[in-house]
Amino acid sequence: MIVQTLAFYLFAGLAVASAFMVIAARNPVHSVLFLILAFVNAAGLFVLLGAEFLAMMLVVVYVGAVAVLFLFVVMMLDINFAELRQGVLQYLPVGGLIGLVLLVELLLVVGTWVAAPGIVASDPTPAPGDLSNTEALGRLLFTKYVYFFQASGMILLVAMVGAIVLTLRSREGVRRQSIARQNARTRADTLEIRKVQSGTGG
Amino acid sequence: MTEGMMTEGFWQGYAWPTIIILAQIMAVVTVVLIAVAYLTFAERKVLAMAQLRKGPNVVGPFGLLQPFADGLKLLTKETIIPAGANPVVFLAAPILTFALALMAWAVIPFGEGAVISDINVGVLYLFAISSLGVYGVIMAGWASNSRYAFLGALRSAAQMVSYEVSIGFVIITVLLCVGSLNLTDIVMAQKTIWFAVPLFPMFVVFFISALAETNRSPFDLPEGESELVAGYFVEYSSMSFALFYLGEYAQMILMSAMTSILFLGGWLPPADIAPFNWIPGPIWFAAKIAACLFVFLWVRATLPRYRYDQLMRLGWKVFLPLSLFWVVATAGVLVAFDWVPK
Repeated sequence: MIVQTLAFYLFAGLAVASAFMVIAARNPVHSVLFLILAFVNAAGLFVLLGAEFLAMMLVVVYVGAVAVLFLFVVMMLDINFAELRQGVLQYLPVGGLIGLVLLVELLLVVGTWVAAPGIVASDPTPAPGDLSNTEALGRLLFTKYVYFFQASGMILLVAMVGAIVLTLRSREGVRRQSIARQNARTRADTLEIRKVQSGTGG
Repeated sequence: MTEGMMTEGFWQGYAWPTIIILAQIMAVVTVVLIAVAYLTFAERKVLAMAQLRKGPNVVGPFGLLQPFADGLKLLTKETIIPAGANPVVFLAAPILTFALALMAWAVIPFGEGAVISDINVGVLYLFAISSLGVYGVIMAGWASNSRYAFLGALRSAAQMVSYEVSIGFVIITVLLCVGSLNLTDIVMAQKTIWFAVPLFPMFVVFFISALAETNRSPFDLPEGESELVAGYFVEYSSMSFALFYLGEYAQMILMSAMTSILFLGGWLPPADIAPFNWIPGPIWFAAKIAACLFVFLWVRATLPRYRYDQLMRLGWKVFLPLSLFWVVATAGVLVAFDWVPK
């Protein structure tokens, strides 16, 4: 048990520290790198909880895809670092308020668990038993929560289509390669071999 | 509880398993590093043969000591950190690349039960680790404070993210046929037939995506020397360069290992009959990895580099629809014939 406890404090401490550095770092690229470190530590915490599927999904989706694009955009932006710092005090009250709301909500959830432990158990989720947690999640997601699952899929699809519609412009005068036409070309269409007599020119 | 029992428990509970695990890790890392060294040698030899040259043949018998000579040479050079570079990120990038390439080997089964960590979600772990590989490249490109390196990093990031999508679908197709995310289960499910046969198109898609994922030719645009000098690692020298180099080759070996686990039956012999099953599993596994690696080198010797728009078209417009279709088709066939693994 002691190893698990040590590992928990390691991951939790690193996660909190890197989350703090996300807002404290002067360079936005460093912020994103610390954000990634925080994600990886959160994945470590999931593994300690025995939720290995969620841990891997966190790494694949957030670290492997979302944060890459994040980093991409932050690197491409031409940011004046000094200017970025100026607004901090101005936004502090709003940010603090949001943080406070989140904290109260978390306390409410945890408080409910502590005050009435039965309320969670009354929810008729199937006990994982000896299923691996991938299978347990799958069974839950594709039976009980199938409509929510489909709905979230639809929302993502709509968002994706929306992003494409907003950014797609058809410009005039762009020369594009049509792969089908390219592949349909034969030697006879493009090449003509002529016998040229030597000494006559041309 | 007496003092003696405490030490006994500590020894049995923590110290001994730690020693065993460290020994296993050392064994695997040593084998992988030697394989990487000889892969660089094999690459030069294979390319030489394809181009009717001799290749390295001076250092040691048949040039066999060449990789060590190269390693020593790199080790003795000076590590240069360019002015204006971000030193921490600059040095972290090659370390990350190399560490990730070695980390993945923790879940690779070399034979039945011969695996450091036999976790439930082995395939996902491999997928996660290989999707992290892009960070080494992006960090290197950004921290170098150089246009060439940055352009190389951007290309690489776009390329790796694109091809990861189809790799994900290919893995899902295989998982549908296995019914488990455990790598040992995936190999054991191929006892009757290797997945390369029924899922042949997916095998091809996976292999080509593996080429793109490891930035190998014909998809080596991130380092395209004719336009970007050497891409994201232009500014690197000495050991920081060597770590990138080793990481890239270790990644190639890893991708070949994944190909053989997912499609070529891992450590299983081609048929469970007399002359084949005399040879132990790990040797079969190594032979399959070597065969995949040979194709990597063969492709490099044969094909010209892709144009960038062609690369993106292949990833998004050809492989993605194809692999998506195969996921649906495989699931349909499995359900229709009631072959879904329990």
